[in-house]
Amino acid sequence: MREGLNRVMLGMAAASAVALVALTALPVSGQAQAPAYRSPRTADGKPNLNGIWQANNEANYDLQSHMARPAMQLRAGPFGPLPAANVLALGAVGAVPPGPGVVEGDEIPYLPAALAQKKKNQENWATSDPEVKCYLPGVPRANYMPYPFQIFQSASAIFMAYEYAGAVRNIYLKDPGPAPVDSWMGQSVARWEGETLIIDVKGFNDQSWFDRSGNFHSEALHVVERYTRIQPDVLNYEATIEDPKTFSRPWKISMPLYRRLDRGAQIMDFKCVEFVEELMYGQYRKKPLSP
Amino acid sequence: MRDRMLAFAGALVVAGVVASLGLVAVEGQTQVTRAPAAAARPYTPPRTADGKPDLQGVYDTSTLTPLERPTADVHMTDEEAKRVEAQTAARRERASLPSNASRQAPPVGGDGSSGAAGNVGGYNNFWIDSGDTVVVINGRPRTSIVVDPPDGRIPRAARTAGRGFAPAAAVAPTSDAAENVVTAARGAYDNPEQRPLGERCLMGFGSTSGPPALPVLYNNFKQIVQTPEHVMILTEMNHDVRIVRMNQPHRPKSIRMWLGDPVGHWEGDTLVVDTTNFTEKTRYGGSSPDLHVVERFSRLDDKTLLYRFTVEDPGPNSPWSKPWSGEYTWRLAAPDDHLYEYACHEGNYALGDILRGERLLEKEAEEAAKQR
Repeated sequence: MREGLNRVMLGMAAASAVALVALTALPVSGQAQAPAYRSPRTADGKPNLNGIWQANNEANYDLQSHMARPAMQLRAGPFGPLPAANVLALGAVGAVPPGPGVVEGDEIPYLPAALAQKKKNQENWATSDPEVKCYLPGVPRANYMPYPFQIFQSASAIFMAYEYAGAVRNIYLKDPGPAPVDSWMGQSVARWEGETLIIDVKGFNDQSWFDRSGNFHSEALHVVERYTRIQPDVLNYEATIEDPKTFSRPWKISMPLYRRLDRGAQIMDFKCVEFVEELMYGQYRKKPLSP
Repeated sequence: MRDRMLAFAGALVVAGVVASLGLVAVEGQTQVTRAPAAAARPYTPPRTADGKPDLQGVYDTSTLTPLERPTADVHMTDEEAKRVEAQTAARRERASLPSNASRQAPPVGGDGSSGAAGNVGGYNNFWIDSGDTVVVINGRPRTSIVVDPPDGRIPRAARTAGRGFAPAAAVAPTSDAAENVVTAARGAYDNPEQRPLGERCLMGFGSTSGPPALPVLYNNFKQIVQTPEHVMILTEMNHDVRIVRMNQPHRPKSIRMWLGDPVGHWEGDTLVVDTTNFTEKTRYGGSSPDLHVVERFSRLDDKTLLYRFTVEDPGPNSPWSKPWSGEYTWRLAAPDDHLYEYACHEGNYALGDILRGERLLEKEAEEAAKQR
């Protein structure tokens, strides 16, 4: 534990050094440029991250660069992969849109057994992806699902409310010590470093995934997130992912998150539990619906 | 939960809470119409960075004071409060004793008791966290959360009077249904949609999220975070968030939300939250989507928030004969007390098993009938 913590701190120190350089000169990945933008401040002088944010990319389909695919779950066809029978009815709506990827270096460094599990996950996507059952999304996946989330930031608290499944994160500003119990959304502890909010997330269970392509983790997952306003309506989001039971080294994703500027934008109800009852319990109705 | 409330109410009667009706009526009225109870003791709440009263924190809303009261007086004496609290503590201590290893198995179908730990035993004492103390406002312990009407009873409309929370046949229980509500209605186990919202993990039970937010059997924590434009109110069970938009009009009627559409403004040091635009799914107390709840949040002192609410349903089928109001305190949680992730749906084996069990019983009954 202690050793792990030290490793984490070293990792964070290295990451912040990189970020410092990035702020002054280097382009931040995913962005055309990162000028020395100074965020508007809250009344207590911190960069103001309040607002409704959302990713605009294909990371939730597949973190890595990928071409379009016929469906999230595939079967072999006479001339190449086709949508699996259980997702066939969705047609083009069920296809996977192409994406340039959000993984730095594009490689997810799986250990051999974990890579086999990832492939298995992908082959059995419909029955395995926790998103299908409306389970809590975990971190970092919650931040790049196709739903907005809202950051509430005051001098004494930071809180994130996600539209998807009504997931929430209370972000501790003081470390309360080790998480008392493993959870889907983990235990988040934040600190400020100049323009950047750094959130250290631990205490996960092993149930959530990273995307609809079967990318996953164990309960040893440790995520370090960095939120930096780089334009009035853009946050740069980075997450360093470490899980020695699943990956051979830490790896990093990064992407912009955009402010929802739509008129009347708000976090609305997406209580999807209701929407999966037929899937999960329909067979137990007194009169099951006809197929 | 309801059973526990009733049990508690019974205990109060036994404890001999007697009061003069005339005096009580005046007292109750006064509580409702006067400015916030804090007025009696001037207190200036701390301010947020933008100068508003700071209501932020993690609160424990559990209490031994029931929603309604069978007695006349909204107040009880300090001695009575101490007795109620001591009785509860003693009962919990007994319930926490190790079980007798040589005890017999419970009888098939349960032992006839009801409540959270009744029947075949839903919970043991460990899970139950419904408070250790009664509500105290202005130094005086309270016998009920309802303060208006002054008799401390919800003014049910004639058609629902006496029916309590019992759901009509083929109607799913409402958002304030108890966690262990017994739905004996015909067909109550035919479909998942007919089970209580709490059992389906769609919301917490007993109107824990509200509005109106009421204390329940366990997981009574709330968290408030304020920004210049919003006040966020989190209910621990089922991680339900209400995002109060400050100084904004309500959404159009086409936008309806499980917990309604809350908008807020400040009246002095009191946060007033007005909530409308409910769905037809929550139906607090049997209300319509026209349910209208006004809540008032103010700080009584550094550790106590006074939560007051008025409930009305202007629709033609209101379950109440007139608007009614309640108030109780939320206590700041100890700094080392955690608000936990209430991942209900993710581990909800019960809903499927309850329905599956019913199908199994039906099949058994069918086969038994064939053999006869």
